[in-house]
Amino acid sequence: MSKLDLVMFEEEFKQLQDIIGRLQKDASAKVVFLVDKNGQQIASAGDVQSIDATSLASLTAGNVAATDGLAKLIGEKEFSLLFHEGEKDNLHISIVGKRGILVVIFDQGSSLALVRLRVKKASRELQEIFERVETRANEESGPGTKFESPFSEITDDDIDKLFGD
Amino acid sequence: MTFINYASREINCKIVYYGPGLCGKTTNIQWIHEQANPEKRGKLVSLATETDRTLFFDFLPLDMGTVKGFKVRFHLYTVPGQVFYDASRKLILRGCDGVIFVADSQRPRMEANIEAIANLATNLKDNGFDIRTIPYVLQLNKRDMPTAEKADEMERLLRFRNEPMIEGIASQGVGVIETLKACARQILMELQRS
Repeated sequence: MSKLDLVMFEEEFKQLQDIIGRLQKDASAKVVFLVDKNGQQIASAGDVQSIDATSLASLTAGNVAATDGLAKLIGEKEFSLLFHEGEKDNLHISIVGKRGILVVIFDQGSSLALVRLRVKKASRELQEIFERVETRANEESGPGTKFESPFSEITDDDIDKLFGD
Repeated sequence: MTFINYASREINCKIVYYGPGLCGKTTNIQWIHEQANPEKRGKLVSLATETDRTLFFDFLPLDMGTVKGFKVRFHLYTVPGQVFYDASRKLILRGCDGVIFVADSQRPRMEANIEAIANLATNLKDNGFDIRTIPYVLQLNKRDMPTAEKADEMERLLRFRNEPMIEGIASQGVGVIETLKACARQILMELQRS
């Protein structure tokens, strides 16, 4: 497994889901998404049906990547927080650890101060889980690992089937 | 970076279409978007200028079905081809699993093709990848153009690692799926090896 691959098991996923579920309630937010810096959605909570989550994840990652580029241009390591204010809904985007992005969408039912406060606590908890995932990935990437990829027996036929051949 | 989620039994792969300006990267994924089963495709997001030149990226999520009980999802991205958008191109390569290089077959664009491959190599390296080992496909696009260079001459100039080389006319869908499939095959085989 490449050292960059992100492998998420059920237990970790459930923990992440619990944390962002709690954050959504505590911050009185409409929706909370946890996204990977490469644009893939990891978990979500709240009224997710109302939003195109896949596009949101991709655009958020693009936004963060572009802002990272801007930060480096002016000699900053990164901007760890982005806030977009709309007429009704607002978007609070923050970086979690090395690879996560936390997106909180909220309206007048909450406030920036409350969201910031709750995000801070949740970020710490999320970061711990990300670190655990990474540590495990590093341990398992060595020789003699017990981890076996479910794709170890993939065949050409399997790939053809994906394309409807 | 492949994201394997055991909880939802999903696997997500990121494929980036790279190439010089106006070579047909966006046309490739627009064609895939038009042809794909509406239930399997997501929304095509295009961050483009008023004249339809890609400004940051195009993005198309595709659900491909299942392999070994895992839902396979491809995230297709294009980069802006124009030379001065290099910073954006570098960002989009972050965490990619495979690259499709779309070459413009028109003879006057050969230099631009060569420069774009060199630029790809640099930007991949800056993201921790090696152009010689990452899943990679070369598409010779615009084969219908009157000034199209011979395929074997393009092969001599642009093919450097025995990668799959596919002739295409993206505006008519020729070679588009074959190209994607050749890249997907390498990515999934890579997972098998790892």
